[in-house]
Amino acid sequence: MKRAVSFAALALAAACGPGDGPGSLTVVSWGGAYARAVTKAHYEPFEAETGLTLAREDYNGGLAEIRTQVDTGNVHWDVVDLERFDATRGCDEGLLELIPDDLLGPGADGSPAAEDFWPEANGDCGVGNVFYSTVVAYHPARFPGEKPAVLGDFFDLERFPGRRGMRRSPLVNLEFALMADGVATDEVYAVLDTEAGMERAFGKLETIREQVVWWEAGAQPPQMLADAEVAMSTAYNGRIFNAQVLEDQPFVIVWDGQVLDIGQTGIVAGTPHLKEALEFLSFSSSPEAMARLSGEIAYSPTRRSALPLVANHRETGVPMLPHLPTSPQNLGRVLTSNTLWWSDHLDEVNERFSAWLAR
Amino acid sequence: MTERPAVGPPARTRLRAAGLTLPLVAFVGFSFLFPLGTMLSRSVYDPLVADALPETLALLEEWDGETLPGEPVFAAAARELGTALEGRLVGRLGGRVNRVASGMRSVIVRGARAAAEAPAATARETLMGGDPAWGEPATWRAIRTADERFTVRHYLRALDLDRDAGGSIVRQPEELRIYVPLLLRTLMVSGAVTLLCLLLGYPIAHLIANAPPRRARWLILLVLVPFWTSLLVRTTAWIVLLQTHGVVNSLLVALGIVADDGRIAMIYNMTGTLVAMTHVLLPFMVLPLYSVMRTIPPHFMRAASSLGANRRQSFFRVYWPLTLPGTAAGSLLVFILAIGYYITPALVGGSSGQLFSNMIAFHMQTSLNWGLAAALGGILFVVVGALYVVYDRLVGASSLKLG
Repeated sequence: MKRAVSFAALALAAACGPGDGPGSLTVVSWGGAYARAVTKAHYEPFEAETGLTLAREDYNGGLAEIRTQVDTGNVHWDVVDLERFDATRGCDEGLLELIPDDLLGPGADGSPAAEDFWPEANGDCGVGNVFYSTVVAYHPARFPGEKPAVLGDFFDLERFPGRRGMRRSPLVNLEFALMADGVATDEVYAVLDTEAGMERAFGKLETIREQVVWWEAGAQPPQMLADAEVAMSTAYNGRIFNAQVLEDQPFVIVWDGQVLDIGQTGIVAGTPHLKEALEFLSFSSSPEAMARLSGEIAYSPTRRSALPLVANHRETGVPMLPHLPTSPQNLGRVLTSNTLWWSDHLDEVNERFSAWLAR
Repeated sequence: MTERPAVGPPARTRLRAAGLTLPLVAFVGFSFLFPLGTMLSRSVYDPLVADALPETLALLEEWDGETLPGEPVFAAAARELGTALEGRLVGRLGGRVNRVASGMRSVIVRGARAAAEAPAATARETLMGGDPAWGEPATWRAIRTADERFTVRHYLRALDLDRDAGGSIVRQPEELRIYVPLLLRTLMVSGAVTLLCLLLGYPIAHLIANAPPRRARWLILLVLVPFWTSLLVRTTAWIVLLQTHGVVNSLLVALGIVADDGRIAMIYNMTGTLVAMTHVLLPFMVLPLYSVMRTIPPHFMRAASSLGANRRQSFFRVYWPLTLPGTAAGSLLVFILAIGYYITPALVGGSSGQLFSNMIAFHMQTSLNWGLAAALGGILFVVVGALYVVYDRLVGASSLKLG
């Protein structure tokens, strides 16, 4: 009998999964270097302060898992790191909890949250926690002579031969293609709105297609660069930074033409742990927590008052400021990703992109 | 039909025996038929728009489609969009209309926001204040087109077809044709994998079937150990072997067969998909073949030779026909598994080695267009079903020997 009871308890525990008990929270992030950074900067300090335990999971983005959980009423993810695009879409679809206006505390200088956060950093359902950038990075050993210096060099196979890594998605890549083709940053989305502009972008991608290796997870580009699978790759700047300082990789970032975006944190709609989730969000969006995150990985805080608190990389002591995507010396040619444009056009562009890829 | 004489166990025992299969029947129903049914129904049934905007759509039925609709239509739309926003359905609603006409997602969402937050003197001004596109008949046409409780749109899309403005079915422009070419490619890859598995598996199965029992046990273990190894491990192992700076390429460079800057691209393309899939599916060919070959008495071949057949003749006229049930079973198994393959091409296929199922996964996970994913799945289902019917006609399903 006793055995039967314990077996039933075991089955029940298995059915409920980890992090389903009272006072525990499941937090989901991007895996690899980023998950490591949020663990050190947010998860561990939060656990120490509140005594709650956080169950950690990784994912590769997208709303499919969240949508399945919400639709089936079986929500076991609580707090999720999202691309701003997905946070906006998920909010409209009712997959994420609305963030109460009074959740965010004042800045380190006492300024109210609304002024402290950069405009558009926060959405209705997402609290902006980092600025991150998609950049071109290369391995210098593959280019013994002249080094790539501008975005256009990524598309120049004659001067810079070798395979290229790109994310398997039209997002960012179409923007890169147009900027490399000479379109000014403030005109990129207007040009993409026209059929001729769309053809121009795909035409530019076509020039390097034979040489492209497509990646999906943010951890792949540094790996492919290190393995010499590609000579140059688009990548998230923080992942390249971590490979540089923690693994002594000689990768170089081409900041020209970087595409800036905001990572947001949201709460899955209908979570049984709403109170704890909000508590976590309030904690992780404090200027101190943001500055700690920027001390782990080279992404910029979304609060103005957090920037002066950013010092050196915690593990290696490298000064962080020169590596942040929003640092003045990196802000030559910058495009801010247009979430609204993509939410209107992604379905259509995706079909075209898939057809183009499969050809 | 006459009553069967009462032979065999009494009715109660038979009933009890049937009762023992109940868990399986329930399991199949719960875990297979039910999800399959709901998924397939998604491909034709889509009540979202019709449920969210019933009044607007009813009023739009009398609209001419050319001029701007009147204020009552605007008022109904504003009211129903406001309700949709409250119910947090407006994102899905916008997404659905967006599939009819790109760009409609933000028009719908902004219209709904305006209706809830910034009502003006008239509903028309309210919606147009949210987004000026509400002042264009095209917006209303898109909403009217999106109203299809039962729809074949997903199946049209899945076959690279579309409706033109007049409602007749036309092929998609060439740069948007994806699924039919991909299905053909998938069939070709599956065929190639099946052939490779047969060429590689047939001699192995023969060797095992005719080896002394001790050695046969070891040989069969060599087939089974990879079979028991995780699919991911095996696929990743191929990445290690075949990548540009992987084992095979480095060996070739070290032996001076290829130059250091001329390393062969063997992975992240069709070659990678073919190699890894053949390896992963090989046991499904070897095991049915082996089980059939083991039952063929060796003296049949000796009899053939003693009757004057040379080795080739005795193989093709005696041995090969006897192994046909195993060949057919193995080939069917490998082909059907290959047609639905998804993880291996996703990992090693690059862009040119993607298969039909990768597209289904894409629509399930990324674009969240589950209706289209279901339609693609439905097509795959029909193709496999058709293959089975063809197979049944040619070989007869009852002769299948699955190991």
